[in-house]
Amino acid sequence: MGASQTRTEHQYQSLADKTGFSLEQIKNLHQRFQHLSGNEEKISRENLDSIPALANNPIKKQIIEAFFDKRNQHQEEVGFFEEIGFEQFLMVMSHFRPPTLKMTEEEKQAMRKEKLRFLFNMHDTDNDGTITLDEYRKVVEELLSKSGAIDQEAAKAIADAAMLEVASTNVPHMGPDDFYEGITFEHFEQILKGLEMESRMHIRFLGVDTTTMRCGKSTS
Amino acid sequence: MAVLRPARRSSAPLLTGVMCALLLLFLPAASASRDFAPADNETWRNPARSTQEEVPHHQTNSTAHKKAFPVLSFNYEHVRKPFEISLWILLALLMKLAFHIIPRVSHVVPESCLLIVVGLLVGGIIKAVDEKAPVFDSKLFFFYLLPPIILDAGYFLPIRPFTENMGTILMFAVVGTLWNAFFIGGTVYGICQIEAAQLGGVDLLSCLLFGSIISAVDPVSVLSLFEEIHINELLHILVFGESLLNDAVTVVLYHLLKEFSHAGSVTVVDAVLGVVCFFVVSLGGVLVGIIYGVLGAFTSRFTSHSRVIEPLFVFLYSYMAYLSAEVFHLSGIMSLIACGVIMRPYVEANISHKSYTTIKYFLKMWSSVSETLMFIFLGVATVEGPHEWNWTFVIFTVFICLVSRVLGVVGLTAIINKFRIVKLSKKDQFIVAYGGLRGAIAFSLGFLLTDNEMKNLFLTAIITVIFFTVFVQGMTIKPLVELLAVKRKKESKGSINEEIHTQFLDHLLTGIEGICGHYGHHHWKDKLNRFNKSYLKKWLISGNRSTEPQLISFYNKMEMKQAMMLVESGSAAKLPRVSSTASMQNIQPKEQPRRRAMPSISKSREQEIRKMLRANLQNTKQRLRSYSRHDLMIDPLEDNVSEVRFRKQRVEMERRMSHYLTVPAKRQETPSVRKVWFGPAGFHL
Repeated sequence: MGASQTRTEHQYQSLADKTGFSLEQIKNLHQRFQHLSGNEEKISRENLDSIPALANNPIKKQIIEAFFDKRNQHQEEVGFFEEIGFEQFLMVMSHFRPPTLKMTEEEKQAMRKEKLRFLFNMHDTDNDGTITLDEYRKVVEELLSKSGAIDQEAAKAIADAAMLEVASTNVPHMGPDDFYEGITFEHFEQILKGLEMESRMHIRFLGVDTTTMRCGKSTS
Repeated sequence: MAVLRPARRSSAPLLTGVMCALLLLFLPAASASRDFAPADNETWRNPARSTQEEVPHHQTNSTAHKKAFPVLSFNYEHVRKPFEISLWILLALLMKLAFHIIPRVSHVVPESCLLIVVGLLVGGIIKAVDEKAPVFDSKLFFFYLLPPIILDAGYFLPIRPFTENMGTILMFAVVGTLWNAFFIGGTVYGICQIEAAQLGGVDLLSCLLFGSIISAVDPVSVLSLFEEIHINELLHILVFGESLLNDAVTVVLYHLLKEFSHAGSVTVVDAVLGVVCFFVVSLGGVLVGIIYGVLGAFTSRFTSHSRVIEPLFVFLYSYMAYLSAEVFHLSGIMSLIACGVIMRPYVEANISHKSYTTIKYFLKMWSSVSETLMFIFLGVATVEGPHEWNWTFVIFTVFICLVSRVLGVVGLTAIINKFRIVKLSKKDQFIVAYGGLRGAIAFSLGFLLTDNEMKNLFLTAIITVIFFTVFVQGMTIKPLVELLAVKRKKESKGSINEEIHTQFLDHLLTGIEGICGHYGHHHWKDKLNRFNKSYLKKWLISGNRSTEPQLISFYNKMEMKQAMMLVESGSAAKLPRVSSTASMQNIQPKEQPRRRAMPSISKSREQEIRKMLRANLQNTKQRLRSYSRHDLMIDPLEDNVSEVRFRKQRVEMERRMSHYLTVPAKRQETPSVRKVWFGPAGFHL
């Protein structure tokens, strides 16, 4: 027991260095991973699909796909996994870490870029580096999908208006015959500049230096 | 504003001169009012009474000879009360006008300071003329002056930052105020024990009472100041939220300590009851507000046939909520805020656009008048006295208030930062501590104290603290904010992309929390949203608006706003997005056949749209989306429009308007004009 424990701790340490989580958090997330995968080494899409909390989420499919997207692993690969291991799971989760107080301005900018890149990958499903009008339309449709009977036309109109806004802010002077291919990553960054992603796109991971609700530290 | 035309500049001192003359003329009449206080003044009543006595006397005489029919008579008593009230309000508003004509002063000095100075001047004039000033009546303050300001604040409260920072705000409001009250009370008592200060008569309970009055941050002063410095949203909502929520603490502490200082001693049972009382007061107040808010929302569902009275429902239900809470000694402020917050989303979905505008402007107008009057009265009451000045007490109080505020904020932030994800930096802490202004509420509470020898002492100290915070902190916070390079409020232009992604983020984060398996912030927010959608909206919103998703209503609102702006702005130079020539054509993928005929809207709706756009051609006031009370209506065409130019612009607008609606008529299509498309979810006029 002792030897394997130090080995897992060693693994945890390397993961911590890679993703920026603390050891406590990694331990918690590993427990959750085991729970989701039924104590297997890898999880597949079906495991995530069956989570009851996700049932009512309009963008469930996109979220699940994001876990299996190779682009989110920061290793310059493209395509999709069939199954992912704990390390890939953790890598995707690391996009949702909050900024710390000691971060410099550059680190905050880098974090913001990383999070925006995650969002961009979620929209850009065919991985051509731009979000085309069709892809954006699909995003809006999915968002409105759980809100009862919506009009296809309404979703289209919203997506069109949004696209027009991106075009007019980023490429102000377009002749009548120019064609705006799609939203590139730079334009995407520009249009969402006001949202301050690094402070908004995060969730609270248990076991941080925040005093958690659990009484006593875990001794496992 | 920096460049005044020469004619204007010379008229500014002239204008103020005229107003001072008006002041002097009307003041002797106005100052004779006893209507704000129950006290009587013999000299004014007696002539009236004597004339009344004379009249029957006259009548007995008139049987002898007939009195001539009075062609012109003077009867001031008849209209005195409304006359004087109107005069005071007019005076206050003229002063406000004067400040904005003299731009140099209003840049440096915040408006609250200027108004207090005016009050001091008026009070000084009244005293010099040796009349009695209107006595500051706490009832007037709490029932008429305070509710409009709080309703305005509550109705337009930005919900998202408020709920996101709720924990922090509550910590500051409850724990911070308690700390302030006890620390100030305790140290002041300690000082009173020192023989040299000659303050032996002050006992501990009175000191604690004094501490509880002076400890609370005042929403009116904070609102008035922070509106001018345009600080970033987080700090604004922290200080402002704290000032609103600490009312419950203040109410409980004040009543508790007042009872105790009468009784003379306090037991453990009393202390426990005090804690229970706090929960009852705050939660009870919120409950009362929610009840009235739901009632108001429900009523607004049925007002589609009498649009004109819609705004009244909002105002009356809110005022009733405030008064009902006061009946039970619950926190009226919290009730008012809860009512406004609950009512707003449903009411706005139900009422017409004009009613919405009416509500917004009436609230701003009333709260503006109230605030002005409040500061002026504060100045007048200061001069009026009675004062008891004790150097040690006053100086020490001011100093201790500052110290306790700083200590409180720093200490609490150290604890809060352990729970917050986005921590508060030292700069943030400084602004929160520095922005804790005291104001008229503290003064009114002090005024309500029973008359004993300590009341005047306390009142003097309270006034000094108020003056110090409002003047010194108010004037220096703006340069400090710039010096420390605190983040300012970013001007948001309502982008549809931001709205889409805000909603996308909400769902994404809820989903990730679901995957992580713990029920966090987003989970509960999502649950609340779903509850709202399935039950509340069906009950409280009329028609098919109840099922409209938020994204679509946002989109419709934006489109309408842009349509208005396009029609109203007239010349092309004033168009906000003039630089872009991008249009739908640039976006549509070329493979698809160019869709000429967009799905058309029904004829009747088209008529509606035309009518509305045409009606707006007649009045060209631009609608600003701003919370600030200081700049409401900027009319682009007001100053220098001649009839001819206006008519030319109308023709141009008519032409543009006809392109605006996608009517498959025999008009030429100009491809460079942006085609806007109103969705079928509709919008209400």
